[in-house]
Amino acid sequence: MSEHLRSLLQGIRFEFPLLVGVFPFGLIYGAAALRAGLDPALAQAMSSIVFAGSAQFLTAQLIHDSAPALVIVLTIATVNLRHLLYSASLAPFVSHLPLRWRALLAYLLTDEAYAAVILHYQKEGIRASGHWFFLGAGASLWLTWQLSTALGIFLGATIPETWPLDFALPLTFIAMLVPTLKDWSLVVAALAAGVTALLAAALPFNLGLVLAALVGIAAGMLVERHR
Amino acid sequence: MSTLLVFIYGGLLTFAMRFSFIYLVGRARLPERVRRLLRFVPAAVLSAIIAPELLLHPGGLDLSPANSRLLAGLLAVLVAWWTKNTLVTILVGTGFMLALQLLLQ
Repeated sequence: MSEHLRSLLQGIRFEFPLLVGVFPFGLIYGAAALRAGLDPALAQAMSSIVFAGSAQFLTAQLIHDSAPALVIVLTIATVNLRHLLYSASLAPFVSHLPLRWRALLAYLLTDEAYAAVILHYQKEGIRASGHWFFLGAGASLWLTWQLSTALGIFLGATIPETWPLDFALPLTFIAMLVPTLKDWSLVVAALAAGVTALLAAALPFNLGLVLAALVGIAAGMLVERHR
Repeated sequence: MSTLLVFIYGGLLTFAMRFSFIYLVGRARLPERVRRLLRFVPAAVLSAIIAPELLLHPGGLDLSPANSRLLAGLLAVLVAWWTKNTLVTILVGTGFMLALQLLLQ
């Protein structure tokens, strides 16, 4: 087996538990988009064009509320601001790749792909086939998102709203967060970010999330410096 | 503006943010100071996503022991720490949530 293929499969395998958490989230998105009045083809198209779960939920809601187009576009952009941080965080590991590779990996850069890929790079460093791991993780998530959206659209209202399907996603994030807490400065960063996210939850466009991430990073830097 | 066009603009902006530093850093390397800062991104962002999911309800902050999401989340932290296994963490957390819901019904 070639090194590339092995790395690709390793990426898929590493991403697999996250796919388990994402699948029910995609189901709910598909059903929720229909409930918001979106055409099935458009609901499916959003999953590949925007390809960002929380932004897609908000967009469906805004379309339902007949919000102006500009408001929707700006909402998508602000909700997805955290991807700037992901991009900066992964940039050093992919900077040697050709432009088309970097563009492809950037398109596949979601919360769930980031969580898996950054853990991999932090452990393994830059290796010749590291981008195949990224591709395996990102593409398997992409495919899962498209399929679960389709199934959610298909099943639609038959999915009971009382099922805690949406809870699988925070659980996957917990499972990804815990191994990143390797020293006290990282624990402080996580706590500061979590508390800020709660305090700033009322900010519009999910801006509380970005603010919380920045406060967490600053808190972690402070602890690291005073040791 | 048609809905499809809204998605395309939103998607382009999202891609632009995902590509931003990955595009730029191909040309210039990040300073050491920035690299140290970026070490905190995973812990900070993941925690900022998780905390409201566990603790915020439509009615506001819920720190009570009857908050099943909080309980299941704390259990998941312990399971993740012990087993270091993502799949087990998700399955135990979801199973615990379902059990709580059935019990409380």
